Amino acid sequence: MTAALPDEHFFRRESGRLVSTLAGMLGVHQLALAEDAVQETLAAAVEVWAFRGVPDNPSAWLMTAARNRAVSLLRRERTARRFAPEIGRQTDAEGADAGPDSAVAHLPPPLRDDELRMMFSCCHPDIPEDAQVALVLSLLGGFSAHEAAEAFLVSRAAMEKRLSRAKKVLSGTRALFELGARDFETRLTAVQRALYLLFNEGYHGASPEAAVRLDLCREAMRLVALLVEHPPAATPATQALAALMALNAARIPARVDESGDLTELARQDRSRWDTRLIGRGLELLEASARGEVVSEYHLEAAIAATHALAPSAEETPWADVVELYDALLRIRPSPVVALNRAVALAEQMGPERGLQALRSIPGAERLAAYPFYPAALGELELRSGRVDEARKHFRAAHRLARNPTEKTFLERRLARCEASKKP
Amino acid sequence: MSEFLYLYRLPADSPELPGSPRNMQQRLQKWTEWFRDLEAKGTLKVLGHPLQTGGAVVADGGRTVLDGPYAESKDIVLGYSVVQAKDLAEARAIAGGCPVLSYGGMVEVRPILQM
Repeated sequence: MTAALPDEHFFRRESGRLVSTLAGMLGVHQLALAEDAVQETLAAAVEVWAFRGVPDNPSAWLMTAARNRAVSLLRRERTARRFAPEIGRQTDAEGADAGPDSAVAHLPPPLRDDELRMMFSCCHPDIPEDAQVALVLSLLGGFSAHEAAEAFLVSRAAMEKRLSRAKKVLSGTRALFELGARDFETRLTAVQRALYLLFNEGYHGASPEAAVRLDLCREAMRLVALLVEHPPAATPATQALAALMALNAARIPARVDESGDLTELARQDRSRWDTRLIGRGLELLEASARGEVVSEYHLEAAIAATHALAPSAEETPWADVVELYDALLRIRPSPVVALNRAVALAEQMGPERGLQALRSIPGAERLAAYPFYPAALGELELRSGRVDEARKHFRAAHRLARNPTEKTFLERRLARCEASKKP
Repeated sequence: MSEFLYLYRLPADSPELPGSPRNMQQRLQKWTEWFRDLEAKGTLKVLGHPLQTGGAVVADGGRTVLDGPYAESKDIVLGYSVVQAKDLAEARAIAGGCPVLSYGGMVEVRPILQM
């Protein structure tokens, strides 16, 4: 009777599961009703469980309650229609006295795949990429519009608009995406991309709250695990994506210290890396090494694996890392990838070569607001012994810092400049 | 020692509601701790029950029946408990720790008449 909840993310996770199941049962055009039913169910659970304790099987309790709630909302909707004669007559004539109970009774039993199908539904080609990610976070991750807005550094109103537009497209599809559908592969690519973006937003995000939004990373990893467990979706690219998340997440304990401050790769205490996640990541990466296609996820996972296996920053095979970045640039050219390549090149060939590479990044102007571009310039100038130059760049980076964590990090680098100034 | 009825009330239009799943789980956590704490201190006389919204009000010899939710009441009674305290001041102080206060609700503290 007084069983404890499995963990602090239980409600969020259950919300995603319940919304997906109800949308699977009732059709996606009833998404709003499904969401209402789930919200009311969770609110009722708070009250009932507060007094009576958490039931032995809280998930089953919630599923039953949510189904009942959905039925009663459907009934209320139908009653409302009945009292609006013009709209109601026809529908009632068709449905006779069947009632919503039998409507639900005729529906297929909930499938374990509903969350997966919902994920694919969210990545509808008519929904823009940023809205797909927001939708996944909202419908499957149980984030409110307000929380999603905070996670993506946009205003609440903007997020609400983004979500409601996306939900409109989604509701127009009526049924959840069929996993056997013809466009499964195309849709899978979009799903992978959305989960990748979700993970990265958590890992590198500009959220003012913390440098790493663990919840976003965790959610992306939970959802990618669903893909890995579902054979048609468990393609080499999916496994590589899961590998790259695991290998990067393994570094989180060393990347952010107790006070939430960032430590860059070279200075991390590698004994704090999560060896279990590294093991899992390497396993997945090995599993992904089949087939013809080398995806960007393969390359990013390989880079993360190279770091994970190196005993120290000095002993990292930097030439391999540079080569992997070169290959990544060919598949997905981006100034941020070029920046990372330049930093690796500096490790391999020395700071002057790194600076040269940094200055010749094509489209570097797109990095104008990215604090780690001037920070990288500063780092390499410092290593070349040009302290004044370095300080100038770190100051520029400091002005661009998007959260206290980045600010503190750059203040430390500035202090380092002062320290190396003294004889 | 006296006994006090606690009525946990929540305005139907509280801006805190319904909140995200994360908020709701935190709320449940607080409630569980609150009751556990009261029990540990031996002040919880009757745990009480959560109440459903809705119901009816019957008046006027049964001629008037108001079906809930009632338009005229601005808040919902979530549930009730009976708590033991030295006096009203102490009962008020205890109620000050109730989680319902953290999301826009209130506790109505009523001494139980004992003769």
